[in-house]
Amino acid sequence: MSNIEMEGGQAIVRCLENEGVEYIFGYSGGAAIPIFDALVTTSTKIKFVLVRHEQGATHMADGYARATGKPAVVLVTSGPGATNTLTGIMTAHMDSVPMIVLTGQSVSWMLGKDAFQEADIYGMAMPVVKHSYLLKKPNDIPHTIREAFHIATTGRPGPVLIDIPKDVSGGHCDIDLHAEMDIPGYKDVPAPDHDTILEIAEAISKSKRPLILAGHGVGISGADESLLQLAEKVCIPVTNTLLGKGVFPETHALALGMLGMHGTAYANKAICECDLLLNIGSRFDDRIIGQAGMFCKDAVKIHVDVDASEFGKMIVPDIACVGDAKAVLDELIKHVPVLDTHDWLKKLDGYKKKYPLKFIRQGSLKMQHIIDEMYKLSNGKAVTVTDVGQHQMWAAQFYRIDERNNFLSSGGAGTMGYGLPAAIGAQFGRPDDLVVAFIGDGGFQMTQFELATAALHKLPIKIVVLNNHYLGMVRQWQELFYEDRTSGVDLEGNPDFVKLAEAYGIKGFNIRRPGDVKRILQSALDYTDGPCLINCEVEKTDNVFPMIPAGAAVEDMLIEPPKHKMEKPTGST
Amino acid sequence: MPNNDKNLHTLSVYVANKPGVLARVAQVFARRGFNIESLVVSPAVDGNFSRMTIGLSGDPSGLDQIIMQLSKLVDVLSCFDHSSDTAVMKEMGLIKIAVDAEDRPEALQIIEHFGCKTVDLTPTSIVVQIVGDPAKIDAFEEMIQKFNIIEIVRTGKVVMSRGEGMT
Repeated sequence: MSNIEMEGGQAIVRCLENEGVEYIFGYSGGAAIPIFDALVTTSTKIKFVLVRHEQGATHMADGYARATGKPAVVLVTSGPGATNTLTGIMTAHMDSVPMIVLTGQSVSWMLGKDAFQEADIYGMAMPVVKHSYLLKKPNDIPHTIREAFHIATTGRPGPVLIDIPKDVSGGHCDIDLHAEMDIPGYKDVPAPDHDTILEIAEAISKSKRPLILAGHGVGISGADESLLQLAEKVCIPVTNTLLGKGVFPETHALALGMLGMHGTAYANKAICECDLLLNIGSRFDDRIIGQAGMFCKDAVKIHVDVDASEFGKMIVPDIACVGDAKAVLDELIKHVPVLDTHDWLKKLDGYKKKYPLKFIRQGSLKMQHIIDEMYKLSNGKAVTVTDVGQHQMWAAQFYRIDERNNFLSSGGAGTMGYGLPAAIGAQFGRPDDLVVAFIGDGGFQMTQFELATAALHKLPIKIVVLNNHYLGMVRQWQELFYEDRTSGVDLEGNPDFVKLAEAYGIKGFNIRRPGDVKRILQSALDYTDGPCLINCEVEKTDNVFPMIPAGAAVEDMLIEPPKHKMEKPTGST
Repeated sequence: MPNNDKNLHTLSVYVANKPGVLARVAQVFARRGFNIESLVVSPAVDGNFSRMTIGLSGDPSGLDQIIMQLSKLVDVLSCFDHSSDTAVMKEMGLIKIAVDAEDRPEALQIIEHFGCKTVDLTPTSIVVQIVGDPAKIDAFEEMIQKFNIIEIVRTGKVVMSRGEGMT
């Protein structure tokens, strides 16, 4: 089709249609006007969502992508419009989320001359994108957009930025929109090496205490079913990363839940005592391994990853297998034996009974209580979105996830302000599913202006603000490691969040007492006329446990508050 | 640049010949604390691609990571480490020395000994062109130091695999 001459902006819209784009999240501006104009002149079916800040647009695209598995598009203008997307791009990059960011740019002959709203976003974004483009002429639009989607969604996914000078979007494009890609340096994921698969199967067959570590890669690859089959066939227990929540049902008898800094005690005990660790699609994040030299010291370590540059970056594996998680698991399952892991599973069950996740329901209202009650009332089926901080860790602990794409959280980047816009994006992508956002009062105020977007589109999100009037995670560190010298963490001056919600036309609820939790959460769940906000006035100085201090060995996990003075942690955060 | 220093490395990177590629490659080194000691970029036989020959210094334990990170870049087709192999490795240097009539015979003797060429000669100066492996240029520099060296410009090393092997 389509050797028809059209404006660059129109070609962009048609190319996005060809990629199956459903939504564009963005904010207009001078340098992007030709593209916004094309949204009208092409009568496209792509729906444009006008956000309130460009960072919000990137997190919405991120939430949409994580909840649906499909790439999302961000469209902003040049200069500050473009720089405002950097946090969201970095967030997506750290967590391997596919995203296409289109930035308007000054006319090409003014580049480098400090034109109005000119920023070198192509240069600035380089360290946080999977790839990026600065378009030179309108006829580069078709192949660039095809390449961008291919790169963003294949292999290890990630954000791709296309910077589009106004003379390119406003110029004339007169070539076939189905242009060939030209990316000879982009490597396809190789099929898993057969001998390596046999080597892994052999190692598993010799193991007495095997353990699977399942990461985000399992979900991205759609390997959750394969993982379940493998674990059940061999009888291997499974622990998952924060982003791996849902890739293996956390309610399964073989599931140990999340490991790492604030993971379950039994998952971390399993890490210390296993004799074989099969890591599938996790990058051995520093929040998981603690002190690298001590991590699974005596176990055979097997690392399966689609990105070969992860091998040996943090942990040197005994066996490394590059490949797509599903391809590897489907091949591996043919060669693994059934193991007698009865004693091992019994031991881990003992740990589950001895060190359960717990909190006290009486007395002051706890964040855990809210999350746990929401888990029960929603039957564990909600698309659960978090912000960053204490509530994020408690959500990971108490909202068990059984399906992939159902837990959305900024893991690698730890971006406060992620929760609300990501929940909006998730609800756009999955209009028929319940979306619950757990957000701290700190992170909420970083992107609270997107309440307008949620209200305007009547998205039935349950926005649960876990309000302790503190930046709780930092306060926890200061209490434990800095002799309780709190500094820069007291959020005095918080507004009345219910009144704020009402100002946007959003229904608000307050929860102040443990006795009201169930009833009010149920009312919020029953409310269907658009979003609602539930402000929960929770205990100010509660701490998250278990905890492995940053940089400490997994063995040094604190299951309860320490009774002695703690040294400052050696790890970064 | 003695070649036996284990902190010195030579990488050959085959890349797309377009703007921005060098910036991406350089970022990988900078972020991981590697310093670029020399850099030669030239178009390949197929003009759509370029060959970068990069002399680097940095902790050798991080080199494999760097090579994998470079290979991951969409604009990078291949990346090879030639630090310890037997590839042909050459460099050119131009060295300007202040030499008057009295010192000239000795200077020319050293220049001739190293097989260098005199490419500019004035009553008070000589510009010498030297081609060879980097160690030879180092040795020449040391010998000629007894004269007043005004300027040195070195191209940085270029490498090529021997026989029919690809660089």
